Amino acid sequence: MARAVTPRRKLFFTVAAWSIALLIFFPVLWTILTSFKTEVSAVASPPELLGADWTLENYSDVWARSDYPRFFLNSVIISIGSTLLGLAIAIPAAWSMAFVPGKKTKDLLMWMLSTKMMPSAAVLIPMYLIFQRTGLFDTRIGLVLALMLMNLPVIVWMLYTYFKEIPAEILEAARMDGASLLNEVLYVLTPMAIPGIASTMLLNIILAWNEAFWTITLTTVNAAPLSAFIASFSAPQGLFYAKLSAASTMAIAPILIMGWFGQKQLVRGLTFGAVK
Amino acid sequence: MSTQSSRATARLMVAPSVVLLFIWMIVPLILTVWFSFRIYRLLSPERNGWAGFRNYTWFFNSPDFWLGINNTLLLVGGVLAITIVFGVLIALLIDQPVWGQGPLRILVISPFFIMPPVAASIWENLFMHPQNGLLAAGAVGMGIKPILFLESYPMASVIFIVAWEWLPFATLILLTALQSLSSEQLEAAEMDGASSLSRFRYITLPHLTRAITVVILIQTIFLLGIFGEIFTTTQGGPGSASTTLPYMIYKQALIAKDIGRAAAGGIIAVILANIVAFFLMRSMGKHLDA
Amino acid sequence: MGKIVLKSVRKSFGEVHVIPSVDLTIENGEFVVFVGPSGCGKSTLLRLIAGLEDTSSGIIEIDGKDATMLPPAKRGLAMVFQSYALYPHMTVRKNIMFPLKMAGMDLAEATRKADAAAKVLNLTSYMERKPGQLSGGQRQRVAIGRAIVREPAAFLFDEPLSNLDAALRGNMRLEITELHQTLKTTMIYVTHDQVEAMTMADKIVVLQAGNIEQVGSPLDLYNHPANAFVAGFIGSPRMNLLEGADAQAMGATTIGVRPEHLDISSTAGKWTGKVSVAELLGSDTFLHVNVEGHGSMTVRGGGEINLRHGDTVYLTPQAGKVHRFGADGKNMA
Repeated sequence: MARAVTPRRKLFFTVAAWSIALLIFFPVLWTILTSFKTEVSAVASPPELLGADWTLENYSDVWARSDYPRFFLNSVIISIGSTLLGLAIAIPAAWSMAFVPGKKTKDLLMWMLSTKMMPSAAVLIPMYLIFQRTGLFDTRIGLVLALMLMNLPVIVWMLYTYFKEIPAEILEAARMDGASLLNEVLYVLTPMAIPGIASTMLLNIILAWNEAFWTITLTTVNAAPLSAFIASFSAPQGLFYAKLSAASTMAIAPILIMGWFGQKQLVRGLTFGAVK
Repeated sequence: MSTQSSRATARLMVAPSVVLLFIWMIVPLILTVWFSFRIYRLLSPERNGWAGFRNYTWFFNSPDFWLGINNTLLLVGGVLAITIVFGVLIALLIDQPVWGQGPLRILVISPFFIMPPVAASIWENLFMHPQNGLLAAGAVGMGIKPILFLESYPMASVIFIVAWEWLPFATLILLTALQSLSSEQLEAAEMDGASSLSRFRYITLPHLTRAITVVILIQTIFLLGIFGEIFTTTQGGPGSASTTLPYMIYKQALIAKDIGRAAAGGIIAVILANIVAFFLMRSMGKHLDA
Repeated sequence: MGKIVLKSVRKSFGEVHVIPSVDLTIENGEFVVFVGPSGCGKSTLLRLIAGLEDTSSGIIEIDGKDATMLPPAKRGLAMVFQSYALYPHMTVRKNIMFPLKMAGMDLAEATRKADAAAKVLNLTSYMERKPGQLSGGQRQRVAIGRAIVREPAAFLFDEPLSNLDAALRGNMRLEITELHQTLKTTMIYVTHDQVEAMTMADKIVVLQAGNIEQVGSPLDLYNHPANAFVAGFIGSPRMNLLEGADAQAMGATTIGVRPEHLDISSTAGKWTGKVSVAELLGSDTFLHVNVEGHGSMTVRGGGEINLRHGDTVYLTPQAGKVHRFGADGKNMA
């Protein structure tokens, strides 16, 4: 709004907004703080903040107790792999839906989204058996495929809404200029859609990183990512709060940091066509 | 942009997505249908054969079934209500001129980056735990008895945790929509003598309809299958108080190890999800057009 | 070089026949303007020629060769779009060079051509900018530059000036006309603005509901409109079309008199009316007169005329300047 803002008004809203934001963020902050406390200090009553016993021991314990690098690597491979594969399949699909829409395009898109509504638990056993039979069980490629298919509808939708904002005339101009379909997608569409593609990528890496059903049920050791890592630390029963917090911090830190850095990009594309 | 050749190419380009998704959907579905009519218990493999509709009737006769459906709808509805109402309020607040809007957004968006099992265990252990949780400590500090969140109010607690996870998503989409509202519209309304409340009611809120639609659609898709948060926190309890349909199926499959029944539950869930999807897409599809 | 022939070209979208059937010959080097109200099918016709839409039936020949089934890129045509359709992520230079790059031309040659085009269009100092940093007129020139470098058989313009303000539109009109005189290449130009059609065209094609109403030179159309639609569409302000007893007296269903062909008198004349609005333009004055029995008529008077709202005036059509149209709308002359 192009109007003078009184400093008092601004101060009031600043305080209010920051209070709410800190409240929302507090659980994450508290977890990170707890991860640096000794177990005793972590469960002290009343809760300790300034006078707590600070230590790095939890991290070294967690590190020693489990093979964090392998879980981490699996998470990275699975989330990035499924996202890239998903994009490769979704970009052509979104192109055709956005620029050569038919009568059924909307229905097709909605159908794609509806496949996501199938409760995972409902198809757990068949999926388990399929993965066992095909040798995909507990493999990274298996999880890449599973997560790619899980998130494909979301990728297609995001790209579709993004592509729709690109005027069709520009692609027609490219065609008049003699660009083949491949050149049209490569030189015109993709560069123009880079912000959208980037935010789609970010969102899907986050979704894949945080997926905790198939990643746990379809793996045992080899392909298990950080969701499985954290599952092995659950149910701490009292005295392992600090270690649980350290493990939690280790599981979320990579994606949290990536999210913070990519925040602007993510937000820009995270509209799903909600903004015209 | 619609010559015959481009239409043919379009079909070709959309084909991989459609075919893969179709396989991904149909193969497990057919297997599930098959299992749902079989006697298939991992604990007694010697008994097998056709079960007819027994697996289904077991589900319909189970007292947990209706509770489970009820809880599932409660979870979806509750989380949607909380995230949209608070999402709008927080978006309105952040949209005001404030210092440090960037860092502010980073803080608000953070829960979205937290893995659901981690989110659930943070809330369960560090906050809602009756002895060591921060909320209990707060209660003791104020001289009142700590509330047994997960025991006394299991559904409400789960809804609260899930809402915390999804609040950033709703807030961000609503905020982006809010920022796309032209200030001229609001100024025109102000010139017309509309109070700030009626400006919100008649200008801002209608402008957000589309964004709210998107939030409802996406969140419902994810919320219908919510499982991890319940598994981590209440395990569907106490008793069956916080059992949802997906959790009930999971219990049949992995605890009772009755694959037939789990499959029947799965089919019921799929049908229900499709009913929800149908109505959702019907009403949402319109808003999302053009 | 650039002769384009349409033979019974039809276009339907499902049940909607946008172009029922069009036959048209565009000679090499001609500047042809398709004009008509919005929705008349002029843009569709252009897109059919471009190859951006399939014809439902009929043949499109370019330089004597059947191009009906050729993809856009193979037709040797260049198009300037209404929104300019510049590639926002490329500099002006890259935009202009894009068609050459697609054609596989070597870089040095392509650069030379782009520079030459830039010089013609006064874009030389903007070559490294992106479209977002240019004004509307400059973007328009870049779009034209991108079309020129291909040395096409014909240029297609789809309402290229409609996004510019009035002053700029006037300038660009001149520039495009000059460009045509320099290049002597066939140009097909779509507009809904009859002023653009009149000032630029060698040949105007007036369309309505997908049908060609009349083809002819601007003055042909102005002096001898084939029917009441063309009469009403060409000329500004619009021709006054009258029905009733006055028309019947001349053996017509409708008669038409252009505002500039009505004599004004303060004492006597064929029609009597009261001035409702007088638009003073300095050089001219347009009077909107409420004429008894006919409603509002527009009259063009000199700039020095001194009439106001409420004044009574008498109007008389100039001899031989009355157009007569029959019941079918056709000119009876």
